[in-house]
Amino acid sequence: MTAVGISRKAARGHQQAKKRKQLRRFGLNAAAVAVFLFAVFPVYWMVTTAFKSSEQIFTTDFIPFPTDPTFEHVERVFTQGVAGHSIWKFLMNSAIVALGTVLIGAVFALLGATAVARFRFRGRTSFLILLLIVQMVPAEALLIPLFLMVRRAGLYDQLLGLIVVNVALTLPFAIWMLRTFVAAVPRSLEEAAWIDGASRFTTFWRVLFPLVAPGLVATSIFSFITAWNEFVFALTLINDQGSYTMPVALRFFVSQRSVDWGAIMAASTLMTIPVIVFFLLVQRRMVSGLVAGAVKG
Amino acid sequence: MADTSTIARGGGSSPAPARGRRGSAPPRKPSGLPAWVVPYVLLLPGLVVIGGLLLYPLYQMVAMSFQNVGLRQIRGVPAESVGLENYEKLLESELFWTSLRNTVVFAVVTVALTLILGTVVGILLHNLSGKMSTFLIVGIMAAWATPAIASAIIWRWMFDAESGIINWALNALPDWFSELLFGRADWTGEPWLNDPFTIYLVLILVVVWAGFPFIAVSILAGLKSISAELYEAARVDGASAWRTFWKITVPLLKPVFSVLIVLSTIWNFKVFTQLFVLAGGTSNREAFNLSLFSFTQAFSAPPKMGMGAAIAVVLTLILLVITAVYVRQIVKTEDVR
Repeated sequence: MTAVGISRKAARGHQQAKKRKQLRRFGLNAAAVAVFLFAVFPVYWMVTTAFKSSEQIFTTDFIPFPTDPTFEHVERVFTQGVAGHSIWKFLMNSAIVALGTVLIGAVFALLGATAVARFRFRGRTSFLILLLIVQMVPAEALLIPLFLMVRRAGLYDQLLGLIVVNVALTLPFAIWMLRTFVAAVPRSLEEAAWIDGASRFTTFWRVLFPLVAPGLVATSIFSFITAWNEFVFALTLINDQGSYTMPVALRFFVSQRSVDWGAIMAASTLMTIPVIVFFLLVQRRMVSGLVAGAVKG
Repeated sequence: MADTSTIARGGGSSPAPARGRRGSAPPRKPSGLPAWVVPYVLLLPGLVVIGGLLLYPLYQMVAMSFQNVGLRQIRGVPAESVGLENYEKLLESELFWTSLRNTVVFAVVTVALTLILGTVVGILLHNLSGKMSTFLIVGIMAAWATPAIASAIIWRWMFDAESGIINWALNALPDWFSELLFGRADWTGEPWLNDPFTIYLVLILVVVWAGFPFIAVSILAGLKSISAELYEAARVDGASAWRTFWKITVPLLKPVFSVLIVLSTIWNFKVFTQLFVLAGGTSNREAFNLSLFSFTQAFSAPPKMGMGAAIAVVLTLILLVITAVYVRQIVKTEDVR
């Protein structure tokens, strides 16, 4: 065989490998697009339905996107609203509950996480295991006793009652997640501040806090989303329609006799978009918090 | 400064106990608190919340499951003990067994499906080019981020009998194909959310749709943490892709899988919101799972809160038994000591 023959054969083999590689890449990308469509389509369908005219919604045909987009549904949920209240009211209620949960929860979580990550003390291991076990208990199971407690405390029908419950539901995970952020701050920084004569509070506030702040933001957004989405407790602890949060208002909307899909989708969109935005912000940290320890690196 | 040595100790780097009750002069911190008190003070608010709002209700739930708690008791009359009556009634009730069956079958199916789909997508993400990977992550994030209530409502709209897109899509399939697959070609006006079986089909779809992105992203994080040298070595040794997957990827991802299985089991065992919306509240008793059954017992008239608590106890016990094994796993891998 001549040298030319060998190199031609090699070239053919090389080309085949290249072709196989291209085919593989094509297959992978096609699969990615299919998964993407499966994941995104329902959200897309929600948003487009919100902007379709009623004739385009109530049809047995497939109308991929609103050809004459209308804001009538969005306007209607704001002006007519649900159960006699503008959707604005429910958005505000949800925001109050979620922000209240975050504000109280962040302080408690930061204190708890600092204790666990910075100190060795008797009961520390038990506390960490307690945090884990408490997260395994289904919140739905605590519904009945918490309902009675909230009633007895006079917080039934009040957003404050929901805030208190949501703090309890989010706190174990918040401490669990935040402690890794606290532990990541080098201890030598605090020691240096102490040696320089800073008080414990100053050290905490001026040294530790700024460094833990990003972790605190991530944890807080997680708590915000949980409280914003919370449904079961909002359903049982709130009876007065004026105090409904978004999830309960949406469910009330759907349970009505004639289902106004355009308006419902407009309201759902209003509830979902802020969450998706927040989510994209903290997604990476959330995963590392949830599977911390199992994933190293 | 005099107390630099105790500062280091308070920080916890020294093995000596930080509780400084030696001699007549306990070491003082700049804030004036003895060192050993500080962590407990920091922990106090968290402990109060967890103790008062999670552990105490947990105890209450167990206590109530042995009591008769009706309308009068809610208004303040002390509840009387009924012994095991709630549990006896529960075991005799047919509804309990259908709820239990629905709960378990649903959990097994969805955990399996989410894990399989999530793992496949995670591996896919790992093999995609950077740009495609980001594109897909952003896409699946949309499904993950959608609130449970909204996702249930969206899918309910898509499965709507009259104008739902699913019935349109099934009608759009070629008749022979539809006939071959489902034994029918006409899906006009098909009501998906009346019958418990089809309610659960839709529910499975909703929960898998919302659940697989988290699994995928976690698996991706796990895959990224595996050293490329291992794969290189396997390739040099001539191992096939299949063998590499089973001999390297799976064993190294085992801890990740354990955690993911626990988390999805917990989440899928107590699905409430989506079922509540898809089944249209508490009227479709055949479609109950344990959460919905407990809720209905406790909160529809006349309220039987003791009974509801007994169902909640059963649910919690099942979950604790399943997850106990995995809590141990986490305790072993995490530094909780």
